[in-house]
Amino acid sequence: MRYAETGFNLEIDLSRGSIERVATDPRLTALHLGGQGTAAKILWDRVGPEVDPFSPDNLLIFSSGLMHSTPLPGANRTTVDTFSPQTDRYSHSVFGGFFGPELKHAGYDKIVVRGKAPDFVYLWIHNDKVELRDAAHLQGKGAQETAALLKAELKQPEAQVAAVGLAAENRVFMATIEHANSSASRGVGVIMGDKRLKAIVVRGTNDINIASPAELFEKSSRMYQEIYDNPDCGALLAHEDDEEFHVNNFAWGNARDRIKGYWNHEREERWKEISDNARVRWTSCYNCPKDCHQAITYPGRMPYFQKCYSKLTYAMAAYEELDFNYDILGLTQEYGLDGFSTPQVLAFAVELYDAGILTDEDVPGFPSDGAGRFFYLVEKIVRREGIGDVLANGVYEAARAIGKGAEQYDHNTMKKFEQVPLKLGMVNYPYFLMYATGEKMNITQIEGSYPQIPVADMAEREEFVKHWHAAPERFKKWFLEWEPRSHPSVEAAVNICDWNETMHYVDDAIGTCAFLSSFTGQWAGRAPYHIHNLPEFISLATGLDLDTDGLWEVARRNRNLIRAINVRRGLRRSEEKPPEDHWKKREPEMEQHLLDEYYAFKGWTNDGIPTKETLDALGLGYVSEDLIRRGILTGAESASTSAEPALAGAEGTVAK
Amino acid sequence: MTETAEKRVVKEIKVDLDKCIGCRACEVACSAFHARPRFSATNPARSRIRVIIDELSDLYVPIRAGDNTSAECTGRHIYAINGKEYSECSFCGVSCPSRDYFYEPDSGLPLKCDMCEEDPTLKEPWCVQVCRCDCLTYTEREDEKPVEEEKRGEMEIGLESLAKKFGMDKILDTVARMSSRG
Repeated sequence: MRYAETGFNLEIDLSRGSIERVATDPRLTALHLGGQGTAAKILWDRVGPEVDPFSPDNLLIFSSGLMHSTPLPGANRTTVDTFSPQTDRYSHSVFGGFFGPELKHAGYDKIVVRGKAPDFVYLWIHNDKVELRDAAHLQGKGAQETAALLKAELKQPEAQVAAVGLAAENRVFMATIEHANSSASRGVGVIMGDKRLKAIVVRGTNDINIASPAELFEKSSRMYQEIYDNPDCGALLAHEDDEEFHVNNFAWGNARDRIKGYWNHEREERWKEISDNARVRWTSCYNCPKDCHQAITYPGRMPYFQKCYSKLTYAMAAYEELDFNYDILGLTQEYGLDGFSTPQVLAFAVELYDAGILTDEDVPGFPSDGAGRFFYLVEKIVRREGIGDVLANGVYEAARAIGKGAEQYDHNTMKKFEQVPLKLGMVNYPYFLMYATGEKMNITQIEGSYPQIPVADMAEREEFVKHWHAAPERFKKWFLEWEPRSHPSVEAAVNICDWNETMHYVDDAIGTCAFLSSFTGQWAGRAPYHIHNLPEFISLATGLDLDTDGLWEVARRNRNLIRAINVRRGLRRSEEKPPEDHWKKREPEMEQHLLDEYYAFKGWTNDGIPTKETLDALGLGYVSEDLIRRGILTGAESASTSAEPALAGAEGTVAK
Repeated sequence: MTETAEKRVVKEIKVDLDKCIGCRACEVACSAFHARPRFSATNPARSRIRVIIDELSDLYVPIRAGDNTSAECTGRHIYAINGKEYSECSFCGVSCPSRDYFYEPDSGLPLKCDMCEEDPTLKEPWCVQVCRCDCLTYTEREDEKPVEEEKRGEMEIGLESLAKKFGMDKILDTVARMSSRG
């Protein structure tokens, strides 16, 4: 008997139009849990480094999390994994809502899509009945509009839909996959569009087996209350009208200026009124009491959902105000454009125009105001018209295609991908490591368990630590020792990076929301889910014998496997550097030392490649064999050498 | 008649449509409570409460499973409330052929909300207990118990209809004639 998962994947070949229901190996569940973990295994096995992201051989994998469809609250994030044409590397995104649980009730843990349809199709999954259908009538339609049309057409108001808009249809690199109140970004939408898959509709009514259902339900019910009562989890900033943190600390324009003192009482009042007028409701995702998503109705736009920090990204990139942001989101959500990377691409283009690198020939009739320019560029990009065709490939590639010095304006990408527009003073050791070595493209998908800022008052520090159940013991000591304006030790920095990313690997395997765990402990140390209590929930659901060390090891296995996927595609140490101007004051020697120490801790070579020993110890012998066969490893390498005695080979015991 | 009317408790779930956040925890909880063995599975498709969601119209309406009917209604009202249009179906808990809410997915048999009156009866139905946004609230009110009519037997009902048709005298005559024949 399979518990907590269905034990079946759907394999869809769009080129041939074939649909298969394939049983999965339960041993992989024990090794990788599910979600991103098992998706990584499929990508490793089936998509070699020679496969171009736009090739029919690239896979697009939608994965439910292992805990979806169990009573565990907040287990609803679906992961999407593929290879990105923008970075030529592994691409991963997550979206909340209701899709993953519905997919499992339909009887499948994953949808693995390969090939390319000759014309646009949509996939209709209704329990055992699975069909590919013509989507010609949906071409050019907005993402939400497509979802509504499909639910009406199929007479299935309870079905869940993941759809792409015009941006993905035209293979725009910033394209998203939209579902209900959520979206997946970071390079997955473009592949769905490239495969000519307009939408996936799923309706499921089957049961999921749970190993210890009554006990899990009882504990989940208590957790539901705990999450509701906990003011320090959920998307905290979503509910705040005080935007001081973002407008003062994030950079405006093309990640250029910090405007100190922008925030004032009058502006707060006005912005609050704009938000209150635009918002018709707060909504949540499946089985979660936190209402983090604003349902927005803006005059002249389709209703849409706003989440997270996208509330300000367009406004700040265009030097505009909040109402502009709500206005343009109404458009970009329907086109299916990512609210993080798109504003940066637009601001980059505006900078090039102001610098004379782009001229009126490139952008005929270019408006003079920030808002007008953004609307102009969005229309060009989603249709790949004129300059839009270049910009649709993201800042890195666009800068090189445009030339004439445009490369110098590409100052906020890393590994060819747009980073959050943050420009800070002094290099931050753990953050340097997270930016440099993270495999999830965006810092928000890596940071989150350890606080960003030290607490000055010792009594407050002690109080913080007293309630910090999420933290393994050693972090409490480091936090207590952490004085304002001081760096954590190298040992601490390495461990902080490791813990932060580990929690994201846990979330993305079991499908829990980062706002309840991996992203949320950094504010008050009160993440409802953490490395100490999740093993019990997972064990009750799956029947697996799992403890804290075991869960940490699974996360490490998934992390190393994904590292190896990227290494096989060419990732090396030389790419592991945050944008030059991310911090004003850099410490080049220390940064290299940090990398050495981090690689040593991870059991990676000096070039950032997991050693044979490391891979074999994680049961990834087939990975080391492959890397040796390809000449990437000889098998004789030892891990990067550590100058810090506490760190050498320490990872085996980190969960204590 | 001087008898005092008997009281009964009427259980009500009040739904505040403005407060629903669409989390569907009520569906999860209901399906778990009514699973056999209890809490053995969560499956919204078996829930006796459903949140009807239409994102583009901002409709979030939890409805409970009511009686089953084999026919669907012919005409429906559209209600406009605060500028939003609701189909009558949005409030109707009846299981009917026009939609597939409230049928057991395996057997196709209709589901019906029992206000969690199983043994032991819950103080509040599960769906209300899990609804943290207070969209669902539970109230009880006392009501007069409808006076039950005296139950009449089959023969009495039959004779009454005969009496209506032929008149009581004729029936009595017939009965007398029949009995004298032995």
